[in-house]
Amino acid sequence: MNSLLNRSEFRLQVEALKARKARLIALWASHEPPGHAIDAAFAAPEGLVWITAPLTEPRYPAIDDLFPAASRMQRAAYDLAGVRAEGSGDERKWLRHGAWPDGVFPLRKDFTSRDFERARDQYPFVRVEGEGVHEIPVGPVHAGTIEPGHFRFSIVGEEVQRLEQRLGYKHKGIEKRFESLTPLQGARLAGRVSGDSTVAYAWAYAMALEAACGVEVPPRAAWLRGVALELERISNHLGDLGYLGNDVALSFGFFQFWRLKEELLRVSKQLFGHRYLMDFVVPGGVAADLADAAPLHRILSVLKSETATLRGIYEEHAGAQDRFIMAGQVLPALAERLGMTGLPARASGQAFDLRVDHAVPPYTAVSLRKAGHTRGDVAARVSVRFDELAESLRLVGEFLAGLPSGPARSELPAPRAGRTCGWVESWRGEVFIALDIDADGRLRRVHAHDPSWQNWPLLERAVLGNIVPDFPLINKSFNLSYSGQDL
Amino acid sequence: MYQLLRQIVKTGIVTEPAPEANDALRVLGQQLSEVVLRHFGRALNIRHVDAGSCNGCELEIHACNSQHYNLERLGMRFVASPRHADLLLVTGPVSRNMEEALKRTYDATPEPKLVVAIGDCGCDGGIFSESYASRGRVSNVIPVDVAEPGCPPEPLAIMQGILTAVTITR
Repeated sequence: MNSLLNRSEFRLQVEALKARKARLIALWASHEPPGHAIDAAFAAPEGLVWITAPLTEPRYPAIDDLFPAASRMQRAAYDLAGVRAEGSGDERKWLRHGAWPDGVFPLRKDFTSRDFERARDQYPFVRVEGEGVHEIPVGPVHAGTIEPGHFRFSIVGEEVQRLEQRLGYKHKGIEKRFESLTPLQGARLAGRVSGDSTVAYAWAYAMALEAACGVEVPPRAAWLRGVALELERISNHLGDLGYLGNDVALSFGFFQFWRLKEELLRVSKQLFGHRYLMDFVVPGGVAADLADAAPLHRILSVLKSETATLRGIYEEHAGAQDRFIMAGQVLPALAERLGMTGLPARASGQAFDLRVDHAVPPYTAVSLRKAGHTRGDVAARVSVRFDELAESLRLVGEFLAGLPSGPARSELPAPRAGRTCGWVESWRGEVFIALDIDADGRLRRVHAHDPSWQNWPLLERAVLGNIVPDFPLINKSFNLSYSGQDL
Repeated sequence: MYQLLRQIVKTGIVTEPAPEANDALRVLGQQLSEVVLRHFGRALNIRHVDAGSCNGCELEIHACNSQHYNLERLGMRFVASPRHADLLLVTGPVSRNMEEALKRTYDATPEPKLVVAIGDCGCDGGIFSESYASRGRVSNVIPVDVAEPGCPPEPLAIMQGILTAVTITR
């Protein structure tokens, strides 16, 4: 559903969606000469609701009072497209650092990419005042193999009073870059918005482009996409469960889970040509058909028994449980108010999962049990990981058993002009891609949205009252994408 | 505890042989003396810097520490500060928002030092190319000794890039 509104209708519509308990998925702005536009996508009970307000002036009524998660999106929309949210509680810059000056907007159509003189980059962090308060600045270059970002901790003793994030270090102009690619080339870029969710992004992009071309993929392609998306979930959960062990000094966990992950990656490479399945999902279907599923069945059976053993070991390990339980808690009420999404939301009582709530093939053909927990601490997120891991292992088996015959890819006719979108539950949460194709079949505007946008602010809340040394553990239990939100 | 020990014994050793160095990956000629490289080759401290990647390369850098590859057995380990590092392992096209941080990290690394650029983006900017937000290849910002392509390069390729940087050209 995509309806055109004027600016006051936009606000009224958002209020109505709030009253209906819809969730904000994404908010983005565009330059549509001679005017501008603001777009927002919501998850409502009946499905996706996408509203657009064409604007004569680059201003629209802010919605962060209704949906707090909109705040950073509004700031990014200003930095990139120069469209301002009026009445917002926070007008600081977000993605713009010193690379381009204020008043220059990369997503404007008259913008030409060039070397700007580096502007001074001053960012007004919120200061915590009081006796004994001091700040610990961390990043952008972190102590481990982690993506870059800045964390400003205000602490008293060891206890965190406030955490403020500053992201945007990885902003590499992805949305502008799309506009210089053909729709087919765009698929490769979509698969690199956040490399650890490449299948989900490629699928969301393909879904949007296939809608613009008016084609449905062959059933076999849909089923193989389901296999790929679950393999991506399994591989990321294995990696993160290993690191969660490592972060509580149970390095045994790291070595065991990463050994299993490596064995799975090798099977992916053997069967689908890439360890992380990059460029496997392509518009029209999948790039490689599955000839022999036997190696996949073998690894699924190994993973089922080994992860069950490892779960038992984690759960009985007093040292690990002592660190996991009650660390980094996000209670359900806060999760709901701030619009938390995806995996960590399911650990905080927010039972949303696109694979069940708004299923597309092959998920329409299986019954999937949503994982969930209500305590919202690290232990709850570990528990949801284990549950989803087991469920995904079962799902891959079901998809393979029901794999339809026929082609795994269909030809794509030229896309029609207009706006389409794709919406996929990645291992992290819902990935959303909006496409706008012009009359010549070119990409006029592409917006890619990562669920990390919603969840980064929740991480700021999760660490309050915890001690600084628990931050890496709490952070890992979320494992949010920097690249996906920095664009 | 019994289960944990049983699992360790059952798993055994899965580490595989390390790759050989490959001179074709060199960007700059050999800069360091044989004497320095002899030391580096046996005790190398690596500092990873993500200068703007999609995070795909990071997945494979993590994998270098897993049992199958076990980089540490070669005397090579990741350290938490550039002050402790002999080699910078840099991923990404360098985003302009990370350009300053990368330069400062390079400056903070004591001489003699080596730089290995990882991935297609680190080698030539990859699909992100150069733009208002991206400086492209790592060597546009700091000197690079060895560049290892791939999207992402697999763990053995990353290890090969590191080994090439510390191996004496024959």
